Amino acid sequence: MSIATIESRGTGRFPGGVHPADRKSLSAGRKIEVLPPPPELAIPILQHTGAPCAPLVKARDAVVAGQKIGDAQAFVSAPIHAPLAGVVQRESVATLPNGRHVKTIPIQTGAEGNLDGDALWERLFGGDWTIRGLDAHDPSKIVAAIREAGIVGQGGAAFPTHVKLVRNEKKPVDTVLVNGCECEPYLTSDHRLMIEAPAPIVAGARLAARAAGAARVVVAVEDNKPEAIAAMRRAAEGAGVEVVEVETRYPMGGEKQTVRAVLGRTIPTGGLPLDVGVVVINVGTAAAIAGAVLRGQPLTHRVVSVTGGGVREPRNLLVPVGASYQSLVDAAGGLTPEARRVIAGGPMMGFAIEALNVPVTKGTSGIVVLTEADVRRAMETPCVRCGRCVDVCPLDLVPTRIALAARRKDWALARRHHLLACMECGCCAYVCPAAIPLVQLIRMGKVQMLKEEART
Amino acid sequence: MDNAPAETTKAPAVSIAPGPHIGGRSFTTRRMMLDVLLALLPVAVASFLVFRERALLQMAIGVASALAAEAVFSSMRGRRPTLGDGSAAVTGLILALSLPATAPWYVGFVGALSGIGLGKAVFGGLGQNIFNPAMVGRAFVMMAFPQAMAAGGYIDAQAGVDALTLATPLTALQMGGAVADLRALFLGTTNGSVGETSALACLVGGAYLCLRRTASWQIPAGVVAAVAAVAGLGRLFGPGGAWTVGHEICSGALLFGAFYIATDPVTSPLTPRGKWIFGVGTGLLVMLIRKLSSYPEGVMFSVLVMNALVPLINRWTIPVPVGGPVPERKRPA
Repeated sequence: MSIATIESRGTGRFPGGVHPADRKSLSAGRKIEVLPPPPELAIPILQHTGAPCAPLVKARDAVVAGQKIGDAQAFVSAPIHAPLAGVVQRESVATLPNGRHVKTIPIQTGAEGNLDGDALWERLFGGDWTIRGLDAHDPSKIVAAIREAGIVGQGGAAFPTHVKLVRNEKKPVDTVLVNGCECEPYLTSDHRLMIEAPAPIVAGARLAARAAGAARVVVAVEDNKPEAIAAMRRAAEGAGVEVVEVETRYPMGGEKQTVRAVLGRTIPTGGLPLDVGVVVINVGTAAAIAGAVLRGQPLTHRVVSVTGGGVREPRNLLVPVGASYQSLVDAAGGLTPEARRVIAGGPMMGFAIEALNVPVTKGTSGIVVLTEADVRRAMETPCVRCGRCVDVCPLDLVPTRIALAARRKDWALARRHHLLACMECGCCAYVCPAAIPLVQLIRMGKVQMLKEEART
Repeated sequence: MDNAPAETTKAPAVSIAPGPHIGGRSFTTRRMMLDVLLALLPVAVASFLVFRERALLQMAIGVASALAAEAVFSSMRGRRPTLGDGSAAVTGLILALSLPATAPWYVGFVGALSGIGLGKAVFGGLGQNIFNPAMVGRAFVMMAFPQAMAAGGYIDAQAGVDALTLATPLTALQMGGAVADLRALFLGTTNGSVGETSALACLVGGAYLCLRRTASWQIPAGVVAAVAAVAGLGRLFGPGGAWTVGHEICSGALLFGAFYIATDPVTSPLTPRGKWIFGVGTGLLVMLIRKLSSYPEGVMFSVLVMNALVPLINRWTIPVPVGGPVPERKRPA
């Protein structure tokens, strides 16, 4: 392993990638609005990568806002909290966008004890977030507070944050990289948060660096968000936090790409940013860390973009975890008649869902509703080996060969072409002139290959 | 969710599909073939200026025969019609442009038939073929009609077309050491196959193809670099003479082949490194055939030989992923 100097710098770019029309203007100008407390929440007991929580409450229990309602012994896990005061209902099951059936703890929210609108915003993001004295915090206490607050990565994978920040003597961390790239088209939740609440992001980033023992803090933002860059720069002044502009190119927000673009370091295949001395956290996660450590606030709310041509009035909403997609879509004026596909997350890597009775989780970054015209796809034709997929692959793979091998279930060929190195960003399928579902074939190939190899 | 407005509780007319949910639609296989046809426009114009209506006739025969062959073969195989993808038209046009203007009508017809049939359909159609279909067709007619395709076949003093009264520049060089005027080679006012004579037209169309990234620039760059290197070394260590590196590049089918034939994506390698190997290999073979064989020109054979090597080149040039190969992992117990 070679860690260059701590000041290492990338070029602001990574090789490959694509530049889809970002369509962010649909919601980029909309201030974050607080969703009025929905009458009912359904809190999934598994919202993260790791072990599910065991419920700490039972039906008919009264809970207060911020009360812990589920926890687990496992190290890789994160507790869950009641976002709003109310009464616990009988356990139920929800199907999350990734297809997993997960038990939920439903809460009938009460009229009393719940902060509304501006008061909630003030509590979570408003007021003073001085960075003075942050380095007096004990690193292990910061990590403990983050765990207790149930903070997980808000960028998508929802990996428990405390696991990333625990000091590891074998793998020292020199840089905390705060990811404000938001490279998925349509999504604007990180963008708005950087504009409207840069101070807690900066404070949280400094706390994360303190916890991990990193000397350097860098915030990376794509250059199509000048407003966010300016806001972050103002908030970062004198705080020992650098704000770096990177090229607008999907999948810049992937941690391999961000680390490469910002620091010029290459994360080994199958490895983590930790292997090159870096911890990457999303801007929302950074803000949540500040709330947890400085205000004892658990992660119960998050910003979600509800946008796309299939939504009447695209919005950025601050919503409680457990609110149904339906309530968010309603708050955005409902669906248009042209709405054709509802996506949890962005249109490149998000999951299409069939119904809106899905609860928001800590990892929900957006609900994008596409129209018929957006999703219409050409009929698949044979591969003419044009090599576009090779040109755009940010990991330098040969997607068409991997997909072909997966289709034929030729696992030796798939391995020879490094099937398992694929991060499934979908650039190949995006550009394919023959409309071959490359990333889908690769994804299925991975699962089938591992299954068959485990069997033999 | 009971309290939600009725019209929005209705599930939308959902369509479920795996991501990515959006696609870049500007670039399709059909668009790619259209690009090639557009890029051949300057070549077609140049060929008309040199060979007049004979050029138009060859192109019409080539394209019409290729389309007919495609229709026949795809229906024989029980496939949906594939004329719309444009690939047959490209094959027919490139074949026509690689024939002598003087060739009788059946040369183009048989060439297109064998190119589409033996070159493509027998392998399973578009995307499955190993060899460039147009070059398969040309190789076929070269054997079937040696008279029409040989050096003598290019000359027709009675045609009333200036270019046709003389031998092709490469034949003239091989036979008597006559050196063509470089300006004529560049503009294309010499004898030769219909589309190959004008280096200028090939450069204009080729530049368009590369800028559109329909053709990979590495391939023509490799071909030209290899030819220039061998020709340059030859002049450095051999007799100088009036036949310069520029003559070598602008004569024969070199630029036409480098930009339009060797760049056929189906029959060329996938990775940039593979494309360089392919281009340089093609260029070296062209020089080998030009200098050491009894054929005056060798673009067709060079491309066909390199086509055969493509699966191997692809195998040699699998890139190492960013971050290194996938680590060997213990099998889960």
